[in-house]
Amino acid sequence: MQDRTRSLGDLGSGLALAALGTYIIVQALQWDYATSEGPGPGFFPLWYGMAMLALAAVLVVAELRRRSAGGKPIDWKPLGRALSTWLALAASVALLKPLGFVICFALLTFFIVAVMYRRPLKTAALVAAASAAGFFLVFQLALGVALPVGVLGF
Amino acid sequence: MEIFAGFSAGLAIALQPANLLWCFVGVLLGTLVGIMPGLGPPATIAMLLPLTFSMNPASAMIMLAGIYYGAKYGGSTTSILLNVPGESASVVTCLDGYQMARKGRAGAALGIAAIASFVAGTVGVLGLMLVAPPLAKFALAFSSPEYFALMALGLAMVVLLAGSSMVKALLATLVGLWIAGVGTDLFSATSRFTFGRMELLSGIDFVVVAIGIFALGEVLANMETPEQTQMVPVPKGLRNLLPTLQDLKDCRFAFVNGSVIGFLVGVLPGAGSTIASFLSYGVEKAVSRRREEFGTGVPEGVAAPEGANNSETGGALVPLLTLGIPGSGTTAILLAALVLWGFKPGPLFIPENPALFWGLVASMYIGNVMLLVLNLPLVPLFAQVLRLPAYVLFPLILGVSLVGVYTVSGSLFDLALLLLFGLLGYVMRRLDYPSAPLILGLVLGGAMERALRQSLMMSEGSLTILVARPMCAVMLSLAVLILLVPLFGKFNAWRLRALEQQ
Repeated sequence: MQDRTRSLGDLGSGLALAALGTYIIVQALQWDYATSEGPGPGFFPLWYGMAMLALAAVLVVAELRRRSAGGKPIDWKPLGRALSTWLALAASVALLKPLGFVICFALLTFFIVAVMYRRPLKTAALVAAASAAGFFLVFQLALGVALPVGVLGF
Repeated sequence: MEIFAGFSAGLAIALQPANLLWCFVGVLLGTLVGIMPGLGPPATIAMLLPLTFSMNPASAMIMLAGIYYGAKYGGSTTSILLNVPGESASVVTCLDGYQMARKGRAGAALGIAAIASFVAGTVGVLGLMLVAPPLAKFALAFSSPEYFALMALGLAMVVLLAGSSMVKALLATLVGLWIAGVGTDLFSATSRFTFGRMELLSGIDFVVVAIGIFALGEVLANMETPEQTQMVPVPKGLRNLLPTLQDLKDCRFAFVNGSVIGFLVGVLPGAGSTIASFLSYGVEKAVSRRREEFGTGVPEGVAAPEGANNSETGGALVPLLTLGIPGSGTTAILLAALVLWGFKPGPLFIPENPALFWGLVASMYIGNVMLLVLNLPLVPLFAQVLRLPAYVLFPLILGVSLVGVYTVSGSLFDLALLLLFGLLGYVMRRLDYPSAPLILGLVLGGAMERALRQSLMMSEGSLTILVARPMCAVMLSLAVLILLVPLFGKFNAWRLRALEQQ
């Protein structure tokens, strides 16, 4: 039996790709399809945009026809774990400018170890501090890579 | 004679101390990456690519190729000890490798995997050395229409074998073509799909997409479950890692079979090492006198697939270096690396850059010897990598990904794009959209559009140019046939069976 996540996902991704295909076609129609020298900037996107719209429609129709069969309920736990990690990563990227790479990376590591893997806070703090220090030593000091610097100067 | 002279010059380059060191770094990293489930060679190469920009291209290519083939040696370790393949190409090794380990012959299984990888890997490089130069000479006759047809054929092959749904594989390819189209059109200076952002005028950096889709997508998918698997104990001491003479005698056909099938499958775009290993295992089982024992722990069941997936590397580099057509996600990243360093992989690549090509070939022989030495006595040490907790490994991968992207442009906008592509990579994994066609579409998109537009300029807008030239017509017909083939039930059943095994 198909997982309902997949079923919903196929439908959602099909609709999203149909929207992307439509956007590509609309944009491509605003550019020259052909010029006196040959095909214009709208030529290639128009064709792959149309192909994308057609294939996305196939995916959506196939999924709608299959949906009556039902499916296993969605397991939100694994999805939640992955998305929480992504949100934590997004937050650390957003904080790079004020806090700098070293602190943001330490906070991200602390979150993953303590919250996602439920390790003791002491372990999480140790892993976070060691990883951040390791990155600072290897990339910034040894390899001379310019990492984002925060208000604290590192 | 020409080949011998080229190889001698290549050997001199590969034996330079710096290149030996990078070759060692590459194969060592490759072995470690191969051992770790959840971190594949495309993710590793994508993450390390930005750090190679300041290196000598020959050394960088030697190191990245080392990661590529080194991972295939390492991939067997977890298959044998954990019944968890480190790489998709090592899935079939689980069948007999894990059974050998359960019977107390883990050492012999690891030893056979290393020896088969060495023999077949060396034969694969020999094939690359002999086949690539004449193929490149042949491809010199190609013009824009043939290139367009060749790229279409390559993409069609990848789509055919990339996932259980060809619709999804095709959609992934089209998304890749679209991402490649973002930026300024070089023919007309029109800005396309830039959403009014200055940062997108020069296009989206390949490194951002590759690291996002492969590394971040892989980490997010792995974060779904917190469990770690239990390992079978690894025997200590070299003597316990050496297979018996009888084992080697039983495997003699498997070494040849794996070498030949692996190389031939490697040359075909899209087929890849997973298909090579399954095909070689199937042939070995079909011709064996004790086929009913396969799956219970016979050494040939380890030697054939492990040989094939290593020989495939040499084969896969043939279309990459002579035609500029990659056949998988990893070779697509290697192609992008060559382009970023200022090279143009294609028929002129070998005559214009003999030092790089022959240096790489020679380094692969040396790398295979290094891997044999590393993998026989040091397997127990490498297996300890598996004890590295996931909560330490995954933040490290995320950190290297952020640093890798930031190194390329120093732009926080690119880091935001990385987040988007990471999410896309995760969603694609979750919904069974294959990532290789997207990466190939991205890598080939620009060249494909250029070739098509140049072809139509040559013919003053007439599409007949694509069917009037024999080579072009044959390749395009094959591409169309490949895409239509799944409509025929019997073949599609075979295709789905092959993919199920992957």
